[in-house]
Amino acid sequence: MFNKKNLYRMGLILLTVIVLAILNSVLGKYQVRILNLAGIYIVLGLSLNLINGFTGLFSLGHAGFMAIGAYTSALLTMSAVQKQANFFVQPIVPWLANIELGFLPAMMIGGIVSAIIGALLAAPILRLKDDYLAIATLGFGEIIRVIFTNTQSLTNGALGLKGLTRFTNVPYSWGIALLTIIFMFSLRRSSYGKAFMAIREDEIAAEAMGIDLFKHKLLAFTIGSFFAGVGGALLAHLMGTIDPLMFRFLMTFNILLIVVLGGIGSISGTVISAIIVTVSMEALRFLDSAINLGFVVIPSVPGMRMVLFSMLLMLVILFYQHGLMGRDEITLDTLGGFFGKFKKKEA
Amino acid sequence: MTILRTDHITMKFGGLTAVSDLNLEIPENGIVGLIGPNGAGKTTVFNMITGVYAPTTGNIVFDKKDITGIKSHLITKSGIARTFQNIRLFKDLTVLDNVMIANHLRLKSNIISSVLRTPDYRAKEDHILKKSLLLLEEVGLIEYKDDKASSLPYGKQRKLEIARALATEPKLLLLDEPAAGMNPQESIELMEFVKEIRGKFDLSILMIEHHMQVIMGVCEKIYVLDYGVNIAEGNPYEIQNNPKVIEAYLGVDE
Repeated sequence: MFNKKNLYRMGLILLTVIVLAILNSVLGKYQVRILNLAGIYIVLGLSLNLINGFTGLFSLGHAGFMAIGAYTSALLTMSAVQKQANFFVQPIVPWLANIELGFLPAMMIGGIVSAIIGALLAAPILRLKDDYLAIATLGFGEIIRVIFTNTQSLTNGALGLKGLTRFTNVPYSWGIALLTIIFMFSLRRSSYGKAFMAIREDEIAAEAMGIDLFKHKLLAFTIGSFFAGVGGALLAHLMGTIDPLMFRFLMTFNILLIVVLGGIGSISGTVISAIIVTVSMEALRFLDSAINLGFVVIPSVPGMRMVLFSMLLMLVILFYQHGLMGRDEITLDTLGGFFGKFKKKEA
Repeated sequence: MTILRTDHITMKFGGLTAVSDLNLEIPENGIVGLIGPNGAGKTTVFNMITGVYAPTTGNIVFDKKDITGIKSHLITKSGIARTFQNIRLFKDLTVLDNVMIANHLRLKSNIISSVLRTPDYRAKEDHILKKSLLLLEEVGLIEYKDDKASSLPYGKQRKLEIARALATEPKLLLLDEPAAGMNPQESIELMEFVKEIRGKFDLSILMIEHHMQVIMGVCEKIYVLDYGVNIAEGNPYEIQNNPKVIEAYLGVDE
């Protein structure tokens, strides 16, 4: 158990925790919020990467699962008074009115509900392949959004839920992110992870090797939905306000962007690109406002950032399909090799 | 003793009868060949045996159990493994992973204990690893174990595909044109290899092959298909001298 590699791993995690603790105390409120967002996008990116990257199921319904997690956890953490204040058009269903749970259990239940719905959805649609699967999951995401818009007494409809306690802080967002990273590495290494990748590589051969396609796809989809739900819950309690419009296809697109830029199928790639994309989304905010180039003034166009990101995505797909990392990983060995080079130079 | 028997199996795709009323019998520990011109329905026979298609009529009995219409992965579990005409390796994964994946079906751990790496799971994984390394050593691919499967030369890829099939612990191995694209030297090596694994792993082999030298060299019994119909069966000598077979392959003077 306590061999050299595990010790290094522990050290790496400890180092991350220390860096995060320092950042948490040094950075201002706004920057800490971005730090939190980065952690959440790591969770979301990794969950989509499990479905799309490892198992090769092209799913576009991620925002739907996030919505389920976000709403479930929000409804569970809100106090009776908060609920009364929010549901002024139509009172909330009685069985939900008085439940109030802590953040962690609410988040876990959010993930579990999302996983259950993911599994129920997966059972019929996993017979589809490739683009058909993408269309079906895309439709599912929209259906969830429309349902949430219209179930007034359950979700407060288009008004959304406001005034959620902002439980999400760096220990929560990055704690869950680190756990997710460890989970994904461990899964990938396991026999199940290999079976997932076998399905991605060649379904027919995987089945001929005795892998139960349906069972394994269902597993991957369910686990992915769970983490999407957890990520949604974290996001809800960071924003403080959620409404169905937040979970449009654009949300799925953002996460897909992270996965594609990082390298479909790479855990470390997803993590790095989640951080880069989150930070640059904020850093590039100036693009949305009017830009004075000296000789000409570009009027302010809200959403200009997304144009840039979409262009970036197109460029990656056209010229650099592997993304940042391809399917490779930053492991202890590669890190060791990297630092080993420096040592040699010094000597 | 018969390991596999097909009982009057017929496969129809709409109006086309790909295989009609075929009776195969594969003896335990035997090497049987299935030959015929292109489009004769040989691969369809494989697909029926491995559960890719369910035969329109007829039964398939393997190891005294009726396996007609059972799902593909369950048939593999019951002890039939196959290779493919156009190699289907897990290209982006290592040679070792390719073989280890073929052990997944016999793993009796759930996903939670696998991810948590419980001592029980780790013992099982260790066992699979050792077994896979041993297998790679036996088939002579051990030096490539960390290479990507797609980086192997063609002949080695064929060999790896057979090794991967062997890792599922089959009692019957179906080889779909194992010598396709091989030069004469490689074909001879393959013949030796097929005979060798039959003894080492104590299995029966059914192979489709166009390479007559290979078929005649290793098979004890040969079935000939033409337009889905079994036109001849017998030992290599009988097949070589069967006028119907010669007619199917070379045509006949009018």
